[in-house]
Amino acid sequence: MSNKVIYLDNAATTRVRREVAEAMLPYFTEEYGNASAIYSLAGGAKEALQNGRDIMAGLLGCAGNEIYFTGCGSESDNWALKAAAEAYRAKGNHIITTKIEHHAVLHTCQWLEKQGVEVTYLDVDEQGLVRLEQLKAAIRPTTILISVMFANNEIGTMEPIREIGALAREHGILFHTDAVQAFGQVPIDVDELNIDMLSASAHKLNGPKGVGLLYIRKGVKIRSFMHGGAQERKRRAGTENIPGIVGFGEAAKIAAATMQERAAKETKLRDYLIERVLTEIPYSRLNGCRTKRLPGNANFSFQFVEGESMLIMLDMAGICASSGSACTSGSLDPSHVLLAIGLPHEIAHGSLRLTLSHETTREEIDYTVEQIKEIVAKLRDMSPLYEDFIKGGQERQGGKKNVQ
Amino acid sequence: MKKKVVVGMSGGVDSSVAAWLLQEQGYEVIGVTMQIWQEEDSCVSTENGGCCGLSAVEDARRVAGLLGIPYYVMNFKKEFRAQVMDYFVRAYQEGRTPNPCIACNRYVKWESLLRRSLEIGADYIATGHYARIGRTREGRYAVCNSVTAAKDQTYALYSLTQEQLAHTLMPVGAYTKEEIRAIAARIGLAVADKPDSQEICFIPDHDYGRFIEADSGKKSEPGNFVTMDGRVLGRHKGIIHYTVGQRKGLGLAMGRPVFVTQIRPQTNEVVIGEAQDVWADRLECGNLNFMAFADLEQPRRVLAKIRYSHAGAPATIRRIAADRIICEFDEPVRAVTPGQAAVFYDEEGRVACGGEILN
Repeated sequence: MSNKVIYLDNAATTRVRREVAEAMLPYFTEEYGNASAIYSLAGGAKEALQNGRDIMAGLLGCAGNEIYFTGCGSESDNWALKAAAEAYRAKGNHIITTKIEHHAVLHTCQWLEKQGVEVTYLDVDEQGLVRLEQLKAAIRPTTILISVMFANNEIGTMEPIREIGALAREHGILFHTDAVQAFGQVPIDVDELNIDMLSASAHKLNGPKGVGLLYIRKGVKIRSFMHGGAQERKRRAGTENIPGIVGFGEAAKIAAATMQERAAKETKLRDYLIERVLTEIPYSRLNGCRTKRLPGNANFSFQFVEGESMLIMLDMAGICASSGSACTSGSLDPSHVLLAIGLPHEIAHGSLRLTLSHETTREEIDYTVEQIKEIVAKLRDMSPLYEDFIKGGQERQGGKKNVQ
Repeated sequence: MKKKVVVGMSGGVDSSVAAWLLQEQGYEVIGVTMQIWQEEDSCVSTENGGCCGLSAVEDARRVAGLLGIPYYVMNFKKEFRAQVMDYFVRAYQEGRTPNPCIACNRYVKWESLLRRSLEIGADYIATGHYARIGRTREGRYAVCNSVTAAKDQTYALYSLTQEQLAHTLMPVGAYTKEEIRAIAARIGLAVADKPDSQEICFIPDHDYGRFIEADSGKKSEPGNFVTMDGRVLGRHKGIIHYTVGQRKGLGLAMGRPVFVTQIRPQTNEVVIGEAQDVWADRLECGNLNFMAFADLEQPRRVLAKIRYSHAGAPATIRRIAADRIICEFDEPVRAVTPGQAAVFYDEEGRVACGGEILN
């Protein structure tokens, strides 16, 4: 088993499905025309583009012309936030978001603050959930946008999107959600949930890298972000990434068709993993919400353990895992999400994220749990903090005995 | 089973060849680059990040790929902040002139890297220093320059403990720089020859005063320039802007060159003297570390270096308290600077012991 790679980092990216890769191939070498061209060779590309839009529209319950293809989820987030701040400047300059957003949202908000936009970063509770009364209290007459992620990329917590959408609608405020982790994993209906803008990305659902989308509800005044040609109804210039869009469409179609079955399987395996880790490894905890959680996400903290060492040792055992979000270089900083749910620095440092896919097997989970057990025990063995803790515990016990 | 070694890699020639040499010697080699201070936003300023910039990570990763060894980036920002940057700021505020490289070596590059390396199952850590780790007759570990080292490689390593040295390999110390370059060319390592910056890596613009004030959020208070007998000569900008022996940038029109001879944090004074006042025939040091010498029961003759660029001066050292050495020079030396290290070498050129200069 140890010579096979066990991939448990599906929140970072996923393997492209074979069907998806095959669907893309003709658009490199046969149907390679530019979708903006007049001649008939471009017909295939045009059709593929429309088809991709329709698939997405079907998944989100919107119209095809409300889907805009982008280069990635981060671009979608940037576009939504920056363009909304610009388009609604006359109405106000206040945005509400949360402390646990992806950096594509957080860093964009920080940039907007430098441009004079006011941003409220909502706290979350210990499970990572936005508190609705706090959100309500943060709304000002000048609030133009609420941006709350659908599901968190680190701890998997699913936010109360329906309630937030209702609140935003009630106050006449735009609602954007970064659904990069949730799209294709859980059902999303933008009308039912009152979502005005939504970001998604292909490579999180077994599609290719380099293509994302932004859903923009009809009537929302968002102008173009990328200037140039008239693609995407003049709102996003740049020759369409047709193979990518075809791949995204195919991946989304399969994701929709298999959603229920995958969710059931992954949830079951995930719960088995959580159960084993929490019962078999002392001083471990699950981060995030036990129930309102993405099917494939498990996030643990192990006291007295350095997350980075744990990841390196898991890699040596052939297991790909992660710990919060990685920095540019691939080294780790304590996660802003884990700090936001109230974990102290040292425990946030000892965290481990395992994200499953439809390909994950029970055998892989068993092997992984055994490896984690071994690694955590070994690291604790070498940890002076753990030694002190155990000694302290024995002394405390000894003290009690003496008193009795 | 093969012994495992973690090589600290910068992407430069020396550490890359170090990794290759260890592979050749039969070790199981793991490449690691230590990330110590870059903020995400300032990753762009890599041209000065000789040892830890993002370009170092990219270069090192490429070398590791070429050698076919596992490679990781380890984050030591927390340790570096506490043990190096905070210490640096504190020392200046207390009127000393710190050497952050020594603190980095001891607490970050060795203590922390070694601990993490042992954690992940390594037996040793290795570096690309042109130095050798020898054993004395008594079996103690001590570093000395490799014969052909162009620059001193040992001064900043004086504070390594015996335990750390026992787990350290310096494979390029057995070669000349030319030999190492030849090996690099032969095995196809197209690595840049990175200048190892002698400036302080976390202050890219070299403006220490500005950095200290910004980092601590405290403006350094102006005070008086005084003579040794207490006469006020003028106003200084704050003690963090001065170091012992300094002549330039004092802004004192005395009609002759004058020098900083002492910094007095208690009274916020900078003492000014004549050229001859900068010379001293003795110093005291503390925070001792013993390397080739196990102890100092008798006075010993040594070569004493009082800063990185100092060639060394013959001296006699005596221990006057548990953590205190007095060093008496045969001839006076210029600018003994509190906060810098005094490193003492034995007759074979090995680091015997050393400490932080107190006065």
